[in-house]
Amino acid sequence: MTSLLQAGEADALLQASINGDLPDERGRFGPFGGRYVPETLVPAFERLEAGVKEHLHDAGFQADYQRELREWVGRPTALTYAPRLSERWGAEVWLKREDLAHTGAHKINNAIGQALLAKRLGVKRVIAETGAGQHGVASAAACARVGLPCAVYMGAVDIERQAPNVDRMQRLGAEVIPVESGDKTLRAAIDEALRKWVTDPAGIYYLLGSAVGAHPYPYLVRELQSVIGQESRAQMIEQAGALPDAAFACVGGGSNSIGLFYPLLGDDIELIGVEAGGTGDGLGQNAATLATGTPGVLQGSYTIILQDDDGQVQETHSISAGLDYSGVGPEHALLQATGRVTYLTAGDDEALEALEELCEAEGILTALETAHAYVAARKWAKKNPGKRLLIGNSGRGDKDMPTLTKYPVRIANSEGGSNDGA
Amino acid sequence: MTAHERISAAIHAANDDGRTALVPFITAGYPEPGGFVSTLNTIATAGDVVEIGIPFSDPMADGMTIQRSSFEALKKGVSLAWIFDELEKAGGFGVPLVMMSYLNPLLAFGYDKLAERALETGVCGFIVPDLPFEESDEIRSALEAQGLGLIQLVTPATPDARLKMLCDASRGFVYAVTITGITGGDVGLPKDLASYLDKVSSMSTTPVCAGFGIREAADVAAVGKHASGAIVGSALVEVLERGEDPTAFLSSLR
Repeated sequence: MTSLLQAGEADALLQASINGDLPDERGRFGPFGGRYVPETLVPAFERLEAGVKEHLHDAGFQADYQRELREWVGRPTALTYAPRLSERWGAEVWLKREDLAHTGAHKINNAIGQALLAKRLGVKRVIAETGAGQHGVASAAACARVGLPCAVYMGAVDIERQAPNVDRMQRLGAEVIPVESGDKTLRAAIDEALRKWVTDPAGIYYLLGSAVGAHPYPYLVRELQSVIGQESRAQMIEQAGALPDAAFACVGGGSNSIGLFYPLLGDDIELIGVEAGGTGDGLGQNAATLATGTPGVLQGSYTIILQDDDGQVQETHSISAGLDYSGVGPEHALLQATGRVTYLTAGDDEALEALEELCEAEGILTALETAHAYVAARKWAKKNPGKRLLIGNSGRGDKDMPTLTKYPVRIANSEGGSNDGA
Repeated sequence: MTAHERISAAIHAANDDGRTALVPFITAGYPEPGGFVSTLNTIATAGDVVEIGIPFSDPMADGMTIQRSSFEALKKGVSLAWIFDELEKAGGFGVPLVMMSYLNPLLAFGYDKLAERALETGVCGFIVPDLPFEESDEIRSALEAQGLGLIQLVTPATPDARLKMLCDASRGFVYAVTITGITGGDVGLPKDLASYLDKVSSMSTTPVCAGFGIREAADVAAVGKHASGAIVGSALVEVLERGEDPTAFLSSLR
């Protein structure tokens, strides 16, 4: 994919990225990013961009944000050594426990940050989209916390497979609006949220949940999620005595992965993003955007997308609703093009197996999304014995129980314990 | 006369006749791909400029009607290449054609080839609803090199300075979106429509056509007092969807 950049451009862009110079003033990460939005939303995006500039790094905002992260979200989240996985894999495995953050995933870091921003911008209400429901739950909770009404757009397919989260959002005071158009998953939910925003661009704040979309969202979400990588870096030095040799995170839109990777870009650490390989390599069988996609414009951003030869965006498949998206954040497109981050895939079955292995070995029920990162980490560990690994454990798997109960427990306890009824 | 000048000329000609220019919109190949050319022929007799919608998988500025027509047309295999081929075979409709397309299908087609095929098939201009002016350099220069127009949209949310800039940049006509919302609205036109359209018209040297939410003769009349033309989209697509006669509907708007 380096062919997307001119000769010599890759190194310069990577250095700019490490220096914190990207995105540029036009919202570009090299060739990727930008702002492709309907004219009605242009003034709203300009106001948002101005608001981000004014508040995000302001001392007063940061004091509020850091206090909420500490006292309400429960940060810093733990860095957990995984002794039994380490033994099985022949490696030293560390887990960054975003599953322990309030509401059960990294999504809350972004949601509370943007909710605080929305409050400062003086909007009347907040809308959000959700795939797995984790961002919807985080948004509902964050809006309740700051006192703003919240409506969450969610694809009808996702409503069915993530039912517990729908109930949680409603109990947290949000209105959940089913989206019946398009593919009825995350992409359709974003389209519908944008349609809603167009009806009242000045009164609505759109709380986008991933590092995707038009500028300044990929930047804003990265800044709010970078706490994952910053904490991990300090905790690895303190607890493991050194930085990891490799770090792994799952990639759908790419918010937890950019949050983990961005603060580590300048270090000598192999960074590996893992996309959903679904059931196979064919168009429509997976959500492996970076692995199999091509450049195009989707939902506000020039990035890598899954599309046919006519530029029609393709439907995706993944067992995990949170990775089931046809695009990816533009900064990941650049990190792939520069060669700094490697993007691999993990299939539905492999993810299920990895989820079970982690449950059994470490007593952690991880999210189906997160399980994809473990698949690649395990393979890497087997090829690189004795190395130190960091895995972004982006969320917990309680929300996946309706999906998981469809599959029998397959891994017998390999160390001789009882195995009642499995 | 360049292609985009043909669009403006057709609108001026209608106004000189004492009429509000009528710009009917259809989604290409909906409800049936087989009826595309005959439908175009029919509406071209009633319209001064005809707008052809290119179906897209993510029509984020469109309401339910255009979404439905777009998804259905895609399902039946309609593509930009097919549309150009059909237009070429038909050999002209006697009115300037404009295409309404989201950016990605145009990007995938290639801008130079797009300009070439447009010139060959009577397409004079493009409306790209997810392309703000700031991102439009590349496609605009490819189109303008061939005399084709990139039609800019303005909305009630557009600040005055930006409005002036967009009016100056627009070719063919200025597309004045009547409402703050998506296509296919049925809540009626806003009360302050007249002053908004007067403002756009006073700033623009190219004719101004109003669109979104225009469904009946009263809407066309209301718009016509303050703009040069009226664009009718979702209401016409619904007529075609119900299998009714588009000629009768379009004449009823006069």
